[in-house]
Amino acid sequence: MHILTCIKQTPATDNVQIDAVTGTLKREGMAAAINPFDEYAIEEAVRIKERVGGDTKVSCLTMGPPQAEEALRDAIARGADAGFHVCGREFAGADTWATSYALFKAIEKISKEVSPVDLVICGKQTNDGDTGHIGPGLAAWLTWPNVAYVRKVEDIKSNGTGQGGTIVVHRLMEDGIDVLEMDLPAVIAVIKEINEPRVPSLKGKMAGKKAVIPRWDAAALNISLDHVGLKGSPTIVSKSFRPSMKTGGTRIEGNSPEEKARKLVEKLKELKVI
Amino acid sequence: MSNEQSILSIPISPETHKDVWVYAEVRHDNLIPTVFELLFLGKKLAADLNEKLCAVIIGKNVSQHAQTLIDHGADKVYAIEHDHLEQFVDETYAKLLTDLLLKEKPNKLLLPASTIGRSFGSRVAVQANTGITADATELSINKEKGGLLNATRPSFGGTLMATILCVRGHRPETATVRPMTFPRATPEPGRKGDVVKVPVDLSGFKPRERHIRFEPEVSQEIDISQATIIISGGYGVGGANGFNALHDLAKTLGGAVGASRRAVDSGWISYRHQIGLTGRVVRPKLYIAAGISGQIQHLAGMNSAETIVCINKDPEAPLMKLATLSVQGDLFEILPAINKELQKCGFGAK
Ligand SMILES: Cc1cc2nc3c(=O)[nH]c(=O)nc-3n(C[C@H](O)[C@H](O)[C@H](O)COP(=O)(O)OP(=O)(O)OC[C@H]3O[C@@H](n4cnc5c(N)ncnc54)[C@H](O)[C@@H]3O)c2cc1C
Repeated sequence: MHILTCIKQTPATDNVQIDAVTGTLKREGMAAAINPFDEYAIEEAVRIKERVGGDTKVSCLTMGPPQAEEALRDAIARGADAGFHVCGREFAGADTWATSYALFKAIEKISKEVSPVDLVICGKQTNDGDTGHIGPGLAAWLTWPNVAYVRKVEDIKSNGTGQGGTIVVHRLMEDGIDVLEMDLPAVIAVIKEINEPRVPSLKGKMAGKKAVIPRWDAAALNISLDHVGLKGSPTIVSKSFRPSMKTGGTRIEGNSPEEKARKLVEKLKELKVI
Repeated sequence: MSNEQSILSIPISPETHKDVWVYAEVRHDNLIPTVFELLFLGKKLAADLNEKLCAVIIGKNVSQHAQTLIDHGADKVYAIEHDHLEQFVDETYAKLLTDLLLKEKPNKLLLPASTIGRSFGSRVAVQANTGITADATELSINKEKGGLLNATRPSFGGTLMATILCVRGHRPETATVRPMTFPRATPEPGRKGDVVKVPVDLSGFKPRERHIRFEPEVSQEIDISQATIIISGGYGVGGANGFNALHDLAKTLGGAVGASRRAVDSGWISYRHQIGLTGRVVRPKLYIAAGISGQIQHLAGMNSAETIVCINKDPEAPLMKLATLSVQGDLFEILPAINKELQKCGFGAK
């Protein structure tokens, strides 16, 4: 069985810089790591591999600048077997449509040239874009079934050809849990609750260092330049700005908890929020 | 033609697209509350464009909701109704909505940024070859740019706002809208509108995704995504029992209980209550944080709350400085005192 996780290298959350010209995030010089949500995707793929056994393998795919290769090496250190890197200037500025399209073309290539993919696992969303659109968008291109917000993989059966088997997953809903079954191949996007990611092992780190990671540009993926990057994206960021941060309000003072409580309740009534 | 080619060959012709559509999500036979926010917002956008407001519903026996949608502002309701559509299944629902969009050609499409709306919307957007904005909190019509949709959304955990435009003519411009962001439309009982029953033919369609069962959340509490008041606890709550003080207050106020990641990771409360970057995003009117320091990843989930109250021993905690109202003190003294005070004022009485 062949499991593929889509991961992204993203900047650490607390230091955002905006490019004044394009209105997009400035990525140069920011501390970067695997998007925290993708760690759960990698971990789940590795756990399924351990569960199913046989010749199951886990591949990781990313689209990003040259340094994003580090994220793939890190994923291999965490138990993945191979990494693939979609990389080229032409991909810059891609929205979720153009990103999911490029990843789809890469998955097609991997399925054809490496081995057919049975299951794609994405993180719930990235910490920089926050959209959660890539998993379902990929499924649309692949014409595979998909479930997002997966908190548990109850069961998975595959005949390992990319053409059969089923997966049963639990989806966290506002009012409970939906249990769904899909035929493979399929796409899932997972949430934090699904597992506790392991730390990379020494052996894994060595493997990550040594791995040979193919790098594909638009030409290698046979994608027209009309459909990649900023130029191929239906949407653009027309402007970015910092939200007006709340700068704090009133400290409720009082000599006893009761007095503080009374003053607070009064204030809340004044504000008409209770 | 391959699926890829058929998506790429969907014509880009903005001039042929008209009307503002709202996806009226039905969950277990009920319209979810966010639908009424979408109708409020959609009505305004449609008026600015001088176009109609339409609602689309998918499910089993859903046309029973058509008049409710019309009462709340829809001029036209498309009902995609079939016995096999009782439960939301991404693949099937996405196919049916995409087919309808390609046929009817709406100009804008708004969906709730619910679990269903967020995953379903993005699949539909690719299938219909259009652009989508996730989790928008401000939406307006851009008159200088010929009526494009300005969809503004928080990204990067709320530290950055971005206005997204669909500039290359893809339609319908699609957005999911964060729950609790807009007022709900007020009904005008008996309002007139059209109901279109969309013919559903699933005979040649072999769904590869099946709904097996639903396990309802046992707690009787309101879900945090729909609560107007949230009492949230952090590491300062000290243990599962510590949350009782929060549950008590939530009961009195008719609110829901939230938590920080440290409280969830400590095993004191389940993950569905986690608010923040790796949890859920909420936008209540009132957010009361007790024993939460207010790290940036927590703020990502709640900083758009209207009024924030922070209760903390430490006056220097980051959230104490951001909160609308801050109370320094021990949460185990302050919370019960607030509860008593509220009960004195008649809150929580049946
Ligand atoms: C990638 C990533 C994602 C994350 N995602 C999230 C997320 O989704 N949600 C989230 O919340 N965090 C998230 N975090 C964790 C976040 O950084 C903080 O660690 C966490 O929010 C801290 O929780 P806390 O405020 O409850 O705990 P602490 O920071 O330990 O704060 C406890 C507070 O309680 C106060 N206190 C103690 N006792 C009392 C008392 N008796 N009365 C009153 N006050 C008291 C203390 O003064 C202190 O301010 C994430 C972190 C990372 C790296």
